[in-house]
Amino acid sequence: MKERPSFGGRALTILTFIFLYAPIVVLIVFSFNSSNSRTVWSGFTFDWYVELFEDSLIMSSLSTTLAVSVISALIATVAGTAAAIGFFNMKKRMRGPLLAVNNIPLINADIITGVSMCLLFVAAFGILGNFTGWLNSVFGLDLPTRFTLGFGTLLIAHITFNIPYVILSVMPKLQQMDKNLMDAALDLGCSPLSAIWKVVIPDIMPGIVNGAIIAFTMSIDDFVISFFTAGSTSQTLAMAIYTMTKKRVSPKINAISTLLFTTVLILLVIVNIRSSRQEKKYNASLKAKKSVAR
Amino acid sequence: MSKELIRLKDVSMTFDGETVLDNMNIYFNDKEFLTLLGPSGCGKTTTLRIIGGFLVPTSGDVFFDGVRINDVPPYQRQVNTVFQKYALFPHLNVYDNVAFGLRIPKAASDGEDVIDQSSSKKKKQKKVKLSKDEIDQRVREMLEVVSLKGFEKRTVSSLSGGQQQRVAIARALVNRPKVLLLDEPLGALDLRLRKDMQQELKRIQKQMGITFIYVTHDQEEALAMSDTVVVMNNGKIQQIGTPEDIYNEPKNAFVADFIGESNIVDGIMREDYVVEIFGRRFRCVDKGFEKDEPVDVVIRPEDVDIVDLSQGALTGLVTSVTFKGMHYDIIVDFKGFKWLIETTDFCPVGSRIGIKLDPDSFHVMKKSEYSGMYGDYSSYSAEYDEIGDVEYQEEEAPQEEYYEG
Repeated sequence: MKERPSFGGRALTILTFIFLYAPIVVLIVFSFNSSNSRTVWSGFTFDWYVELFEDSLIMSSLSTTLAVSVISALIATVAGTAAAIGFFNMKKRMRGPLLAVNNIPLINADIITGVSMCLLFVAAFGILGNFTGWLNSVFGLDLPTRFTLGFGTLLIAHITFNIPYVILSVMPKLQQMDKNLMDAALDLGCSPLSAIWKVVIPDIMPGIVNGAIIAFTMSIDDFVISFFTAGSTSQTLAMAIYTMTKKRVSPKINAISTLLFTTVLILLVIVNIRSSRQEKKYNASLKAKKSVAR
Repeated sequence: MSKELIRLKDVSMTFDGETVLDNMNIYFNDKEFLTLLGPSGCGKTTTLRIIGGFLVPTSGDVFFDGVRINDVPPYQRQVNTVFQKYALFPHLNVYDNVAFGLRIPKAASDGEDVIDQSSSKKKKQKKVKLSKDEIDQRVREMLEVVSLKGFEKRTVSSLSGGQQQRVAIARALVNRPKVLLLDEPLGALDLRLRKDMQQELKRIQKQMGITFIYVTHDQEEALAMSDTVVVMNNGKIQQIGTPEDIYNEPKNAFVADFIGESNIVDGIMREDYVVEIFGRRFRCVDKGFEKDEPVDVVIRPEDVDIVDLSQGALTGLVTSVTFKGMHYDIIVDFKGFKWLIETTDFCPVGSRIGIKLDPDSFHVMKKSEYSGMYGDYSSYSAEYDEIGDVEYQEEEAPQEEYYEG
């Protein structure tokens, strides 16, 4: 039997959760407040949510966010899965350092990632502009010579910071895989590429799907990196909220933040449930194998 | 029948400076059941993986039907493998697992020119896809061969170990390989099931009429199933022969010890048909040694007759008795050297007994690098204890005394 926590211990736990979640609870509660006030409760309403969907700025930033999140998650999933399989088949001496490098962006401050990407894009645009200018002068073409940050750079940035998450979620699945599966597929006539396609990918699919959901969540969630890489033409939902707080403060912010929070929460819960289910299944299969051996 | 199919010529394999296979020369005949037998780390699985195409030997050549196949990848070899832990595809059901190989388009001809590298270089071969009906027919046929009819739709994880084993065999055999490689396929099964599957494998091999190359560390399994046994140790072949040859005429102390139970003592070959052990001369059936050549003498525990003290050629002290059902295993001390004797007569611990040895109970071997390493019945490798073959565990006894000749 586990010991029941003492009164002090329980009080501390409750306090911790209050500090953690009180701001979000307040945010959610006041998204349903019928007046403009952020302090006085004056009745329940869905008005702010309705207004939200009539706000063209928010709607356009929502579509940008969804587009960036979906496309970057898809591309990062493909690239990250390929990278994970590549890492997995490397010698240990190579794999270790590469995985360490892969983890650096995860712990790196978002603002550093954002600023550095912004600077990189600007520098690259300078070089690219010079090059197209030279092409224009030599071949008499009419290529653009000025490039600006926008949806393209936003997308590239999101793909970049999503890839490590996908690798991290695919790698354990590869390590759990029966080492002989690949050999078995080759043995039955698959070329190495089709063996990966027909046997390895289906086996690690749960990890890939989890990676895609996590990448999507990270994308929806992101503000700092988007802020530095989206330029003036594109705006994500997180950026729209930020802009709104600078102007007139409206409970619409509460409403949109609530929606964003719930979406991310739901996605993360899905990932967690999936992971724990897979863990159970894996353990069960290990047990089954052991009982066979006995 | 005995057409040569695969040959390894001077094959060596080194991993990170460690030699796993040392200049191995061996050939495999068509339609034979050949077993590579040895303790773990002896290079038997490496040999199998070289034949399967998963490893390229560091030096030496591999020939299939007379053609060098060193650089032919596994997916172009007419060889299929049953892997150690089955390696069934978990995302496919039984039927799809078995059909897996058939659904992959294969080179058109019977494979002759797939293996012939000189002609197939860069030349795109026509790939042939089997029709759905043909795949279906072959899969169902094969499931019947391995007695898994009706299991088509089952998921792999819902099967027992023995059934998974059968799926793995069907999945390999359905491609009609010329050679089936089996890497300790029965290792994960319990003793009872293992015995059944041994019979089953032998039957399938006869029915399909193809070569089986079987890797195991279980000598009993090897003797029971094989046409030819290859005993390996430290990356070298110790002996090749029929199970009877290997048991009755072991070439050195390693083979004698690894196969069955053996008392191995130092002896001197005084002349043809006369061997001396423990300072006494015995008649034997071996000849062809130098006069007074030091030799290793194998005496199997079942070949020793227990007689009255007065009639014994040698006398010894019984130090332990184990009841084995059919017989007793008794340990007898002869001048400090402990023998294992299988007998149906009960001899209490502490009694002195005499033994009689017939000429054909001696097997004389030349001295080898293994001389003196194995002497008494207890020197089974630790590997055996791990598998938990209860039969061997009780025969464990400290190997403390050696006969100093």
